[in-house]
Amino acid sequence: MKKTASFIFSPEQLNYEFSETHPFNQKRIILTMDLLKEMHSIDPDDIVEPRTATDEELLLAHDAKYIEIVKKASNGEVSESIGSIYGIGTEDTPFFTGMHDASALLVGGTLSAIEEVMEGRSRYALNLGGGLHHGFQGKASGFCIYNDSSVAIKYLQKKYGARVLYVDTDAHHGDGVQWTFYDDPDVCTFSIHETGRYLFPGTGNVTERGNGKGYGTSFNFPVDAFTEDDSFLHIYRTALREVAEYFKPDVILTQNGADAHYFDPLTHLYSTMKIYEEIPKLAKEIAEEYCDGRWIAIGGGGYDIWRVVPRAWSHLWLTMKSIPTPAGPLPEAWVKKWQTESPFPLIETWQDPPNLYEPVPRKKDIEEKNEQMLTRALHVIRKG
Amino acid sequence: MLVQDIMKTDVITLNSTHTIADAVQMMKQKRIRHIPIIENDRLIGLVTDRDVKEASPSSISETSEPSLYETTLDKIMKTDLLIGHPRDFAEEAALLFYTYEIGCLPIVSNYQLVGILTKTDLLYNYIELTGANQPSSHIQIRVPNQAGVLYEVTKVFNKHNTNVLSVLVHPYQDDEDCKILAVRIKRMNPLAIITDLKAEGFDVLWPGELEMDL
Repeated sequence: MKKTASFIFSPEQLNYEFSETHPFNQKRIILTMDLLKEMHSIDPDDIVEPRTATDEELLLAHDAKYIEIVKKASNGEVSESIGSIYGIGTEDTPFFTGMHDASALLVGGTLSAIEEVMEGRSRYALNLGGGLHHGFQGKASGFCIYNDSSVAIKYLQKKYGARVLYVDTDAHHGDGVQWTFYDDPDVCTFSIHETGRYLFPGTGNVTERGNGKGYGTSFNFPVDAFTEDDSFLHIYRTALREVAEYFKPDVILTQNGADAHYFDPLTHLYSTMKIYEEIPKLAKEIAEEYCDGRWIAIGGGGYDIWRVVPRAWSHLWLTMKSIPTPAGPLPEAWVKKWQTESPFPLIETWQDPPNLYEPVPRKKDIEEKNEQMLTRALHVIRKG
Repeated sequence: MLVQDIMKTDVITLNSTHTIADAVQMMKQKRIRHIPIIENDRLIGLVTDRDVKEASPSSISETSEPSLYETTLDKIMKTDLLIGHPRDFAEEAALLFYTYEIGCLPIVSNYQLVGILTKTDLLYNYIELTGANQPSSHIQIRVPNQAGVLYEVTKVFNKHNTNVLSVLVHPYQDDEDCKILAVRIKRMNPLAIITDLKAEGFDVLWPGELEMDL
């Protein structure tokens, strides 16, 4: 019988670990799963073990030379100066033992998710271990070694001949995926993110629209620092509706970085849990409307792994399972279990408390700027 | 940086015996606005989209005169041209664009046309200089306008083994005692660097402080 949703997971996904103090921490996946378990929303039957991506699959989006270097670095055989040419062994993306295997497993997890959906075993699939959107063809960048989305989209094209809409709601621009498909008219990349004025990677301007035959299939929605829920959701909803109607995808891959939250230490957006309740709802709606339901969701950034990510990512799974958005207190057992490890007091309710932050003095300006940006970004498809 | 590093070398040209119709078609097809006119590889004139428009029949006039499109380019081309040399400095070329309000500069060496530089090329060059086309975080630091400060700041980047992609030094509003260092670093997580810069007493204009104060 076809499942409603598959949850891709194995404990080995946690092997993607740069160091104990590095902000990218896959323990988020355990925290999320545990929260869902306490909600009785996930069963052992829902879990699908990820496979590992083969070299041949990695080559769909990466250079042979780069893969070889990552393999060598896994055994400590690469010097810092050589590594830095390939973006590894840096403070952002340090070497670690077994880095090739750990990275290939995250890519394989996204491929497993795709197979679940495309082979008809499951309507939707979720791989929280994926979403490493900064990885480039020949180099690592911004905590990302192999780019699971790039490999997965190539795989979707090659094996299933699908037109793919990639939707990236991470607070950082989805640059690696965008550049991989910049010339390709059959892949549409959509990224809403904090503007690159301060934030890494700095790209993702509305003017980046694709190149050659791919012109008009890259969409960027850079929102100002301090953007709050209403403006963020307005941009997301308007843009995604119009882009989906314009591109008419066969399948949707969403990258769900959870780092646009006020608490996130790396970014400067002011959203609350509200956007993470809403983002998956529209993704699912669009998938149902255009893709006969085919929706694969993956993880991404998210650096407040205690107060933000578990709640935010739970909504992906709950939406897939059509479980109504919960309100009120989190399961007591979950709070009790993790409070001792968390460096901050946990938020103990599904919704954030009111007055999470001081009112933003430039709110009106920010909303107006975002609105202008939206008009510019959608101009190409609105003019008809 | 020299003009030869940033100019386009595959220049699209026409001869003086080509017609306005040829120029219009070429501009549309290649999405360009300037066509150097050459004779035996020598630059003899320049036709811009504005020259072409001025010489074309008006789209709102009732009497259309298609014969105007058959006018040869020698009748409308500019011959009193500013030109540049491939070994000119990019800054000198930029100054020409600004001073004379021109849109393109043909680049000539040994009497032959070897390249073309447009406003767009200069603008892209500026983007590259700022490092904004590469994955990076952007940090702005307000520093006292005195010797040795840049050295102290870069020591912090060095300590964190961080590749600096670009550094711009620009004035801080009207305050002559201060400068802004705008630095692009190849880092996704700049927090440790910002903490250290602050510990060294530097005034980091991170969004938290910068934008809220305005």
